[in-house]
Amino acid sequence: MISYIQADTAKVAQDTLSHAQSGNSDSSWILHHILDAKYLDFEPFGKIPLPEIHIFGMDISITRHVVFMWLAVLLLILIFSYVSKSYKKSKTPKGFANLMELLVVFVRDDIAKPAIGKGFEKFLPYLLTVFFFILASNFIGLFPYSATATSNISVTATLAVISFIVIQAGGMMKNGVFGYFRGLIPHGVPVWLLPVMFIVEILGLFTKPFALAIRLFANMTAGHIVILALIGLIFILKTVFVAPVSIAFALFIYLLEILVALIQAYIFTMLSSLFIGMAVHQDH
Amino acid sequence: MDFAHLAAGLGAGLTVIGGALGIGKLASAAMEASGRQPEVLGDIRTSMIIAAALIEGISLFALVICILLALK
Repeated sequence: MISYIQADTAKVAQDTLSHAQSGNSDSSWILHHILDAKYLDFEPFGKIPLPEIHIFGMDISITRHVVFMWLAVLLLILIFSYVSKSYKKSKTPKGFANLMELLVVFVRDDIAKPAIGKGFEKFLPYLLTVFFFILASNFIGLFPYSATATSNISVTATLAVISFIVIQAGGMMKNGVFGYFRGLIPHGVPVWLLPVMFIVEILGLFTKPFALAIRLFANMTAGHIVILALIGLIFILKTVFVAPVSIAFALFIYLLEILVALIQAYIFTMLSSLFIGMAVHQDH
Repeated sequence: MDFAHLAAGLGAGLTVIGGALGIGKLASAAMEASGRQPEVLGDIRTSMIIAAALIEGISLFALVICILLALK
């Protein structure tokens, strides 16, 4: 009797699974809009193919995310060369340069100075660059027909590796190579605990930039996937009456995405400066 | 029988429970603290946003693994 029930349950589960697998639940169109590709996509109007470059067997072709990364860099160069020119005219510029000064002073006074303390000016160029690059990339990705450069794990991993290098170099220049590793272990630790603490601290050196990379990548990708899934609901259910609800939710998530773009740039810069402060002033 | 999609869905649901619990406790503590002492509201708001972004970072690690599972 019991074996009959078990066999019946197994058969029901088997039937459901095979039915689900045969249905056309194809979600590859979401990935098609998120992933990197070797052409610029202007959907009803056409595509622009991008050059493929292979050197020594490595594929370094220009892809969509590379083009949008260059666009963010170009935008930043144009904006900040204009801003620095207006500083030559007057010490307190008005208008657009004033707005950029607001952001720069925010990074200097609320992110770099409290986290690093003395000697924060040396790290300020790097922190400003990272903040404005992530902000520009995140915002450019919110326009139609564009791609988010920071939604590519390679871009965020590169930013995290550069942060790692700045943290270690800053700590080692201040404390000396051997002194830096000795200062990793906190004071007042019993002798028998030292090997474990050392391994844990060395692992911690690597997990912190890894978390920086994954946090930025996942936040950017997840927002776009949610918006695409909500709008795609109209096509999956094949009815126009779900459109008002779907578009309203997608609009709400879009506004949330703007907030997330700002917050993620702030969090990356703040955590980088926090780690730099911990590496430079180890006896805090 | 491929359970990858089921695992991805269950994993994402459990992750959302953990993340929402953490951020809910954080928000309630922030509300209570700002009610007791309204003049430090700005500092509390900044710290709350930082802590919320860190908690959300953790739940997005799990989301990345779920996406990897669902695409297998």
